[in-house]
Order: sequence, then structure tokens, then C-alpha cells
Amino acid sequence: MTEGQTGQSDIAPTGDAAADAAQPVAAPATAEEIAAVLAGKASVVAPALEMRGITKRFPGVLANDHIDLEIRPGEIHALLGENGAGKSTLMNILYGLLTPDEGEILIAGTQVKLRDPNDAIKRGIGMVHQHFMLVPVFTVAENVILGTETMANPIFIDAHAADRRIRDLAKSLGFSIDPSAIVGDLSVGLQQRIEILKALYRGAKVLILDEPTAVLTPQETVEIFAVLRRLAAEGTSIVFISHKLYEVLEIADRITVIRRGKVVGHADPKTATEEDLATMMVGRGVSLSVEKTPAKPGDVALAVSDLSVADDQGSRVVDGCSFEVRMGEIFGIAGVGGNGQDEMVEAITGLRRPLSGQVKMAGADVTAHSPRDLDHRGLAYIPADRQRYGLVLAFPVDDNLALTDYHEPPFSNYGVLVDSAFHERAQKLIPEFDIRTPSDSVAVGTLSGGNQQKVIVAREFSKPIKVLVADQPTRGLDVGSIEFIHKQIIAKRDAGTAVLLVSAELDEVLELSDRIGVMYRGKLVTVIDAKDADKDRIGLIMATGRTGATSETEAP
Amino acid sequence: MPDATPSGLTIDTTKVPGIGTGGGRRGLLVTTILAIVLGLLLGAVLIVISEVMSGRGFDLAVPFKAYQALIEGSLKDARAIGSTLNIATPLILSGLAVTFGFRAGLFNIGGNGQFLMGAFFAAIVGAAPIFQGPLHMVLAILAGLLGGMLWGFIPGILKAWRGAHEVVTTIMLNYVAYLLLNELASRVFRDPTATFAKTRDVTADAQLPILIEGTRLHAGILVALLTAFLVWFLLFKTALGFEIRTVGINAFAARYAGMKAAFIAVLTMSLSGGLAGLGGAVENLGVTKGYPAEYIVNYGFDGIAVALLGRSHPFGVVGAAVLFGALRAGAGSMQRATGIPIDIITIVQAFIILFVAAEPVLRRAVPWLRSRRTPAASAAGA
Amino acid sequence: MAPITADASCKRGRRMMDRAVWRARLRRAARSRWTYVLIAIVAVMYITAALHTPWIGDFSDWVINRVPPISYLILAYAVPIALAAMCGIMCERSGVTNIGIEGMILTSAFVGFLAGAYLDPILGTPGAAIAAILFAILASMLLSALHAWLSISVKADQIISGTVIIILAYGGTAFFNQLLVSTTGLHGTKILPKFQVPHDIANLPVIGWIINAIFNQGPIAMSLVFIVILLHVLLFRSRWGLRTRAVGEHPKAADTVGIDVYFVRYRNVILGGIFAGLAGAFLTLEQFNSFQDQMTGGVGFIGLAAMIFGRWKPIGALLGALLFGAAQAMQIAARIPSSAPGGPLGAFIATVDPQIFGMIPYIITIVVLAGVVGRAIPPKADGIPYDKEARA
Repeated sequence: MTEGQTGQSDIAPTGDAAADAAQPVAAPATAEEIAAVLAGKASVVAPALEMRGITKRFPGVLANDHIDLEIRPGEIHALLGENGAGKSTLMNILYGLLTPDEGEILIAGTQVKLRDPNDAIKRGIGMVHQHFMLVPVFTVAENVILGTETMANPIFIDAHAADRRIRDLAKSLGFSIDPSAIVGDLSVGLQQRIEILKALYRGAKVLILDEPTAVLTPQETVEIFAVLRRLAAEGTSIVFISHKLYEVLEIADRITVIRRGKVVGHADPKTATEEDLATMMVGRGVSLSVEKTPAKPGDVALAVSDLSVADDQGSRVVDGCSFEVRMGEIFGIAGVGGNGQDEMVEAITGLRRPLSGQVKMAGADVTAHSPRDLDHRGLAYIPADRQRYGLVLAFPVDDNLALTDYHEPPFSNYGVLVDSAFHERAQKLIPEFDIRTPSDSVAVGTLSGGNQQKVIVAREFSKPIKVLVADQPTRGLDVGSIEFIHKQIIAKRDAGTAVLLVSAELDEVLELSDRIGVMYRGKLVTVIDAKDADKDRIGLIMATGRTGATSETEAP
Repeated sequence: MPDATPSGLTIDTTKVPGIGTGGGRRGLLVTTILAIVLGLLLGAVLIVISEVMSGRGFDLAVPFKAYQALIEGSLKDARAIGSTLNIATPLILSGLAVTFGFRAGLFNIGGNGQFLMGAFFAAIVGAAPIFQGPLHMVLAILAGLLGGMLWGFIPGILKAWRGAHEVVTTIMLNYVAYLLLNELASRVFRDPTATFAKTRDVTADAQLPILIEGTRLHAGILVALLTAFLVWFLLFKTALGFEIRTVGINAFAARYAGMKAAFIAVLTMSLSGGLAGLGGAVENLGVTKGYPAEYIVNYGFDGIAVALLGRSHPFGVVGAAVLFGALRAGAGSMQRATGIPIDIITIVQAFIILFVAAEPVLRRAVPWLRSRRTPAASAAGA
Repeated sequence: MAPITADASCKRGRRMMDRAVWRARLRRAARSRWTYVLIAIVAVMYITAALHTPWIGDFSDWVINRVPPISYLILAYAVPIALAAMCGIMCERSGVTNIGIEGMILTSAFVGFLAGAYLDPILGTPGAAIAAILFAILASMLLSALHAWLSISVKADQIISGTVIIILAYGGTAFFNQLLVSTTGLHGTKILPKFQVPHDIANLPVIGWIINAIFNQGPIAMSLVFIVILLHVLLFRSRWGLRTRAVGEHPKAADTVGIDVYFVRYRNVILGGIFAGLAGAFLTLEQFNSFQDQMTGGVGFIGLAAMIFGRWKPIGALLGALLFGAAQAMQIAARIPSSAPGGPLGAFIATVDPQIFGMIPYIITIVVLAGVVGRAIPPKADGIPYDKEARA
């Protein structure tokens, strides 16, 4: 056993990130195995697939840290973890899309090298990606056979034979499908089943599903679970990646929990509870404690009422959200990424036209106003995608520090830029916001992620602002930068700014916020006073959307 | 930016040499010089091959003779230098036109048509006997600017309004301008006294004055240099230029910063056309002095070559245009000395920008340029 | 696996399905208002032509009676445009933009001319012509390979890469034209012979002019329709076509099922050069028998417009090319007394300079781009270099 796969007993006393596995839900793998064998569940044959000590580093991030994983034939093995815990990286390694820096992969007992997906496909590994790898303008059949076409002769595809095989395959999984339908016209649930067909058409023995239910309706989830059970019963091993606890408990035969790139424990779905898993998954590690005084809320500065927003594909991802943010308070929105937070923020900041609803700043209706008008009204915005929206990477630091007010004095006089004003402001802000840069004339793209974010923070915070919208303000940053940005946000609040904080990091929301809303599938399911917030409960709401207990206060 | 470019032709400004590169000025200079040297070298190889093909035999000395004649023809004396600068003048302006578009993420291949429009407008106003003195010249130049702007405005508005990609529309407008102006020059505005179809001569006070006695160097070069300075000032020293550059590099950030991308696109295309038109005006008032029918020029693609070698910077464009001007000015004496067709210059030009386009390969090939501070480039392209 | 009888029934089933598809298409056509607009226009044209209405009647009479005898011109003008469009489709369907087609056509026109001229004394007429066509194709494929390398491997901006090819072609052809042709008085090979449609057939009512248009041609033009249909079928029915389209739409998806995106793109761009080469060979070996600098006159670019007009489908692009070809042919027809329109329209046209008519195809291209393209959707990954390492 390598260190990654230690049970909770090894790490419990260290108080480290994994220490949350305090309750004896997670047994060491060996005990688990024994239990499974005793239960007659797993045969004694070699595991279908084994990953040993897998390590993968990205610049500045240790995505996988000596992960061990073992998949038995015919089992549904859930890989549970928060967003960014390293699950997808691990599975991309298994599918040959990424090469591990360390570690080995064994299939049916023999060590293999997976250089590209072709290798993985040949070894019977199939993958259903979180973002479907389907060509929307192709038919079902074209998508399924792509790469392993059924040929009528050396040139032409035998479309009919392919259609028949696809129909048969679908029937064996308990559903029917029209192979000549255009994939882009089909429901997401059906598209996912096409992805499964695609893997099986290639003879997959191990099927990886990356967050398969993230985009499904409850009904579609039920259907896909039926398909998966059927597959497992026929001997296909399934790796089920998810952060949704109740689903994992429902479908999995075994559960492995990953946090911050490490395996933090295993659980048996028959005995574990959602609360146990939530504790393991979200962790209760050393927190970056932020000193702050109680909020002194003033007038309502930002009011959002009944806001609905569509994403780029036109589906309604924000559905009737209402909340208010007062001056001098931080309103935090927690939620698993992709539950409509980004679209909601874009609608508030004028980058996306809402379907319906209203946004008011200091009592004035500013729905769908231009970003520049909102800027003039005192709205500052830290965008989630900082490299796309927040910065022009090829521009120097001083230009980026004036990206939103280059057209006003002192930066422009009658349309002519005043270089010295850019320089002066940069010289003032660079030390003030601790931006580590060789000079103010180097391209922002050459700075580290933390310093890039500090450039945005410096620009937005140095304006006389009334409302601050911070979307994922510390995602992917180093600890020092996170701490710095947190302090700045608190300072703004104390100066009377209304702060809307959106983050998928529950810790961050809990540390900073005065009131907390939880977003789930485009709806603000609950609003809680931070004093009453309990991490486990919020984690549960984030993962399930169910408020359960009765003590929450409804949105004002 | 109009959200999509539906014709499937997209330009990624960060890939245009000189805009998205984070390799630093020195790296840029080295690869540029390397590209020029390699281009001339390939040209030399081609000269040797062409000698063999035309039956004059294998002789490694010919390229040296040719390039020597080339340099003499372009730099030998005041006359030669004057001719170099005269040829460089419209190249500077066409190069500025392309550069201006590049900076806003637009690819203006229509420099040729815009040049012709500018030349024609300037010729008509310059020949009109209604104005007197230097004012006449100024008005003729402005007319050329206007003509080019009109021919740039059309693709600009079609792009912003209908999503028609400027690459195809500007090229089509080149042909339309050529045929339309042929018609006008050979019929409506034809000079009845001329032996061949052309418009009337530009009057003396509308012509650009000769700068140095004994040469043909006209004041157009001053117009070009002043324009280069103004373009630099506009792009890098004004709020509008800030917007143009932001829209060109990152349309998302431009929207975040409250800029109006569609308006910028139309304005940039018009001004870009205006610059090419200015080139036509200056060339006409300084050299041609009247618009001839069947007026065949190639300033559209020449402008692209100049802009690419000049790394999309107004001052770089001046340097590149003077280099290409010198090559052309000397090409005649090279042909007289060695019999090599002057079109070798176009090929050398093509080779040079081929190496500019393949800059990543050059950077990998030259060890001490290798991957120092490239994150900006890679990040900007992400 | 499956018994033969099952296969046979499949074939029958498929034929029935195809018939159903056609029936559905017909039904859709019958419901479309464009069908009725078209019928109305044709009706009005025949009536006004019969009544000799001034202007409109003149125009109708011109189109119905005087253009058909020279209908072969329509296809002849459409050939290089359509072939350029096929080259564009090959490239863009796999996700590579190619504006250098104009330069490829020009180069292969010159190389074809040169090869024909040099080889004619050695190989005799038919042999030299075939060899010349092959040389033209080879030249175009070499330039395609350069474009593929720059845009796929170097990941240079693809429009800049195309521009390099155009400038290289302009300079190279002019240089060698001056060196080897203008100064030596080199003659081209004998022009590729045209097939003459028998008069009786060409004069058949209704279909006669269509037959004349397609078959009163040299070998390259005559094979155009065949080439286009073949490419269309291959693109939508073959493994190559499926993979090409997948790479052009969603390269990451293709990559995850083990398709080598770079290889597919290289192959398509280089093979696309065949069509540009044929277009060039057509110009100097079949249509004109001589080479002039920049003789392509923008057919490469108009070809791109035809491709967009046809929504990146070969048959659609051919229709687009025929539209431009018809515009060209009609401006020629207007200048030939026997096929010019009569009545007041003819009198008016006689006063208009041919230059003005020459502008028509280009203006049509712009109008088509601005009018139709707003709604045309290109392959999704068109023009975007594929980066295997990029995290989705």
C-alpha cells in the first residue's frame, strides 16, 4: 500500500485535510476486499483494472498524488470527490488522454502503457466524458461508428449493418434508439446513452463515466442507472465519477473518496450515510481563517428579482433567482460549479441578456444595461474566467490596470491617452496590492495566476465602488494570494460595499460571507445566516439540492 | 466583434506576427533579420536555377552580381535613393492599411481596390481646375482618402451587419473597383486629348512637389511618414486605439470593458481603406498624375507583405516598405545587368514573409531564442 | 454473421427508405413557397417572351431562346470556380481554411502550360496533355503541402499562410513566365479537344441546351459533374468522408475515438490540391491554351464564395459555381450580336460598356455572401488549429 491509499487511522491524528474521516465509515481497502469476498460479491479473479501510485502534476497544481485504484470485473465503482479533486485527471490518464508523471496501470494483471485513446480502446476501456464527445450535426449512427466504422467495402460505410448493430445493442441495454436521428436534436439523456453505446460498440469492458448525472433530469438519471446496472450484471466494470452523494450510495458497489488529489478513504454504500461521505469529501481541514467583525448591513445596494438566464445553448440555466445584497455585507452563493452561477453573474454584470427578471442597483433598474454603464454606477466585477474576460494577456500590466477606465481622465484627455497616468496608477497599485511583477510594462500573460488575479482585484477595488461581484475570485490560486484577496474583500465590505461572492469552494463562502445562499440547478434553494451555517449541512444541500432540515430562513 | 465569422474564415490576431508574441523586441528583430536573410538566400538559389533553366549555365557568381546591381540601383546616388523612397511611399501606406486592420482583428485584402479608388478620386479632384494653390493638393489628397474609406466602409458594414467575411468581400471589391474605374476613366472622365484612355492630367498645383532637385523624389514620402506617425499615435496613444487593439486581441475582454466591437470594426475597416486610398492618392499626385484605364497595381498583397514583415507596427511597416522599395528600385538595374526578370523581387518578398509566418519554427531552430518567456504567447493563444 | 437473406432484405429496406426520403423531400418542396415563386417566374418569362413585351419580354426571350445555344459557356466558366470550391470543401470540411487556392490554381495553370509546351514534341498531343495535367496537379499539391505544414504543424494563422501562397504564386509565375515564355515565344500544347454534341441532340427542345451545356466540353469540364457527385457521395457515405467531417466539426471527439486529427487534415489539404491543379490545367490546357500573368482573375476566391453558397456541400457548391458561370456567360452573350437580347433591352445593353457587365459576377458574390452567408454555418472547427495538449 502506498501512502495515498491509507485508511483514516493513519491520518486522523495529523489534523490534515484528510482528517475528517473521523468516523469509522471508511475501512482500509483490504478489509473492504475481505468483506466483499465474504459477501460473495467479488470473485477471487484478478481485478479488471488497477492503477498504482498515479501522480500527475500540472504547472502549479498536483492534480493526482499517488493514487491507487482497483476496479473488479462487473462492479460499479464510484469515485467521489469535490470539483477539482482530481477525479477527471485520473480518468483522463486511464483513457490515454494524459500521461501520468508517475505510477503504473495494470489491465487484467498485466502492466500497460496507454499513450493515446486508441491504446485504451484496444484494451477495452471506454469513456463517457463529462462534456460529451459527440458531433452534434452527425446522426446517432455516424457518432457511434466513428473511428470503428462498419464497412460495406473498402470505401463505403455499411450504414445499414451499423444501424442494425446499434439497434440491437440499445435493445440489449433496455432502450430503443433511431440511428438516423441527428444527435444535436436529441435530449441530453439520450445523448449520454449514445456515448455509452459508442464505448460498447468498441467492445469496452471497463466503462468510465465522468459526472454522468451532472446534466440529467431525475427521470433520466433513473433510466441511466437502469442501463448501468444491466451492464454491470453482464460483466462490464463501471467507474462512476460523481460528487452527488445520494446517487453514489444508490448505484455503487464500492466507493473511493478523493480529495485534493489524494485517496482519502473508501466506503461501503451499504453502511455509509450521506453525512459520512460529505464529511470525507468536503473535508474539515485547516481553514484559512479570516478575521472579520460582524457585518453592519445598510441599505439594499443590489437587488435581483426573479432572474432567469439562458446559457449559450439556449437552455434556461438560471431559473427565477431572487436575492438582495445590502451595503456592508457579503452575500455568498455556494453551489457546485455549473449550477447556473456563472450565467447569473454575467446577467447581473451586463454581459448576458437575461430571459426575464430584474436587476436593481441602489433602487434603479439596471437590467441588461451595458457593462460600461454599470461601471459608471459603481459596479466592480471579478470575472470567473479571468484570462478571457478580465485581462488582455498580451497587454502590459499598466494597461490592464486601466482596462475599464482608459477613456476617462486622468487616463485620457480628449481621447488622447496620458501614459504617465497609467504608469502612476500602476506604480501606486503594484505595491498596494502586492503584485509581483518585474515592471509595469511586462505583458500580464507572463505573470503567475495569482498575480494576474491581483491585477484584476487592484483594478476593480481601486475604483469608488458600491457593489462588488466576485465570481470564483480565488479559483486555482496559491494560498498566499487567496489570503490576500480574502482580506481585500473583507476590507471592501467594512468600507460599506455590497459584495456578491460566488464560489464553488464551500470553505471560502463560509469564511467570508455574512449570509449564504445555495444554488442548485439554477435555483437559489436556500438562504442561511452565516452564524447558523453548518458546513456539513450546506455541503449536503450543495450536493443534493435538498434542504432537509427546517431551520433555514427563506430569501428575503 | 460580430459574434461569429460565419464564412468559416477566422483570423486569430494573436497569431499575427508581432501582435500576440511575447518573445520580446530582441527576438522579434532577430527572427525578422533571419527571415530577410533566408529570403534573399532562397532568391539566390532561385537565380542560379533560373540561369540553368534558361540555358545560360550553372554559375554561382550570378546571384552576387545580381544583388550587387540591385543595391547599386537602389542606393548608389541621390537619384537611386529618391526612386527607392518613391516606390516605398505607396508601400508604406498600403502596409499601414493592413496593419491597422490586423490590430483590430480584421484582414483587409482589399488594399488594391482601395488604392485604385484613392488614386481615381485624387486624379479627378486634382485635375479639376476649380481650386488654386496648395489647397488644391490638400483637397486632392483628402479626396483619395475619402475614396479609399468608401471602399473600406462597404466590407466593414457588411461584416458588422451581415457577418460577410471581409477576406472575400474585399477581394471581390478589388475587381469591381478595377472594372468600374476602367469604365469611368475610358468613357465618362476620359481625357479627349490623350492618345490612350486615361483621365485628364493632374494640374500643376495639385501635384506633389519634388523634394530634391535632380531626383524624382516627391513629397509623398513626407505624407507617408507623417501618416505612419499618426497611425502609431492613434493606435498606441489614444483611447480609440486602445479600444481597437483590445477588440483585436480579446473581444471578450473588450465587451467586459464596455467597448462597442461592431462600431470599432466598421470604423477600422473604413480607416484602413482610407490609408490604402491615401497611398493611391499620393502615388497619383506624385508619379502617375492622372488615372489611366487598365491601371494594374498589386498593392493589396504588397501591403500584406509589408505589414507582416513590419510586424504590424507602424514604424516596422516603414522599415519593411523601404526594404521592399529598395528591392524594386534596384530590380531594373539588376535585370539590365544580369537579365534576371524583376519579378524575382516578388518571389523574394514571398519567401521573406513565408519565414515570418513560420516564425515558431525559426525560434525553435535558433538555440538562443528558444522558449524564453513564451507563456504570454501561449496563454494569449489559449 | 447475418444470413444473406437478411442482407437482401436490408438492401430492399434501404431502397424503400431512400424512396421515402425522396418522397419527403418532394412534399417539402411542394410546401415551400420558393417552389411557387420559381414556377411563377418561369411562367411570366414564357408569357412575356411570347408576347414580345418590351424589356421584360426581351430579357425572357434572351434567356429562353438566345442563351441556350451558347449554354456550354456557363459550364465552362463554372469549371475553375467549382473545382476551386471542391478544393475549399476538402480543406474546410477537415477544419483548415484555405484562401491560397487562387495561387494554387495560378501556379498549376502555369506549370500545366509549361509542361504541355515542353512535352508536346516528345510525347505527342494526347500524351503531353495528360502528362501536363499531372504536372499541374503535382504543383498544386506541393503548394497545398506547404499550406498544410504552415497551418497544421506550425499553427500559423491560416489566412496569412494562404496569403503567402498567393504572393508566391503571383511572383513565381510572373518570373518564370518572363524567363521561359515571353522572351522565348514558347507555344502551348494543342488545346484539349472539345466533344461536339450532334446538332440534332443539341437542338432538342427543353433538354437540348442542358445536354449541350454539359457535353459540348473538353475532358476536364465534362468530368466536372462526375467529380462533384463523386466527392459528394464520398463525403457523406464513405469512411473517409465521415472522419473528415468529424475532424472539421469536433476534432476532440475524433481524437477520443482514436482518429489522428493532424493526419486527416494533412491528407485532406494535400488531396484538395488535386482539384486546384485540375482547375489550373483547365485554364491553360482546355480553355485558353496560353498563360497570362494573374489570368485566374479571382476564380479561387469566387470558388470560396461558391463553397459558402453551397453550404460546404459539393453539389451545392456546383450550383453556386453555375450561378457565377451563368453571370459570366450572359455578359459574354450580351456582347455577341447573335445571342444578345433584342428590343429596347438589347439597344440599351449595346450602349453599356462590357466592363460594367464584367463586374456582375463579383457583385453577385458580395450579395450572396452578405445575403446567404448570414445563415450558413461553417464546419465548427474551421480555421482553428488543433492542439492535442489543450485541456478542453
